[in-house]
Amino acid sequence: MTARVGVVTFPGSLDDGDAARAVRLAGGEAVRLWHNDPDLRGVDAVVLPGGFSYGDYLRCGAIARFAPAMESIVAAARDGLPVLGICNGFQILCEAHLLPGALTRNQHLHFRNRDQLLRIESVDTAFTNSFTSGQEVLIPVKNGEGCYVADERTLDELEATGRVVARYVGGNPNGSQRDIAAITNEAGNVVGIMPHPEHAVEALTGPSLDGLGFFTSILKHLAGAPA
Amino acid sequence: MARVVVDVMLKPEILDPQGQAVANALPRLGVDDVASVRIGRRIEIDFVGEPDLDRAREIADKLLANPVIEDFSIRVVDAEPDAVDSRS
Repeated sequence: MTARVGVVTFPGSLDDGDAARAVRLAGGEAVRLWHNDPDLRGVDAVVLPGGFSYGDYLRCGAIARFAPAMESIVAAARDGLPVLGICNGFQILCEAHLLPGALTRNQHLHFRNRDQLLRIESVDTAFTNSFTSGQEVLIPVKNGEGCYVADERTLDELEATGRVVARYVGGNPNGSQRDIAAITNEAGNVVGIMPHPEHAVEALTGPSLDGLGFFTSILKHLAGAPA
Repeated sequence: MARVVVDVMLKPEILDPQGQAVANALPRLGVDDVASVRIGRRIEIDFVGEPDLDRAREIADKLLANPVIEDFSIRVVDAEPDAVDSRS
């Protein structure tokens, strides 16, 4: 049975097409979901793609959080549905309180777009089980508001419980505290990542194929998960 | 018209690079006695009837501000065009 992975399109989403493509390249079935439709169409996992949902009005992800599709996703995520938020998707997950902390304006104020080395630090999540702990991957980063912030207590807790999923290596592109590029929730089924694994899935367009691992991990996770 | 004004500011411990950029530009105006600039957001909510501060607080807490990084304050103002800011 093919894993059905939903990709939500919000007004202003940019990377929904690439995310759906990455799902297909990984061997899954991409199911397009619409922000205004609470029906998740029975998907086994969800990707919240990058872009500028609702024009980034108010704060990045603040309006998307209240989209009908998100209401369903928040409820399903609390019941264990794997959810990957990429860039704007990460911002939405923080705004929806599925992940702690917030993403703020890059410290240097510049939009940063480059190929970025990351170190995978937690391989226990639904989206990183295809990697080895400490593995370095090369994935494009492109954001203007990717500076991860949280209070010290939250940061210490994330570190102590192995919930820092990936860190920037070879230079922090946005000023994120403790070089954090990706985090997960307590259960490991919700992951937010600022760089874009869906842009590193093919030799023709990406700097590597390293991003594919995030999507093959979903399939591996679903195959191993109790029915 | 009943107007409630919500002011949203980054918490003091959160870096405000926009404010810093403005502060850094001030010497170009010949201003050299400013220690710091912080940038926030002012939101005006017009209620149909009486101003509902509890409702405004709920709106601010759930949507207008992100309590992880921002604080907010709420006040009722006269909504006439030439209204005087109640705080000034």
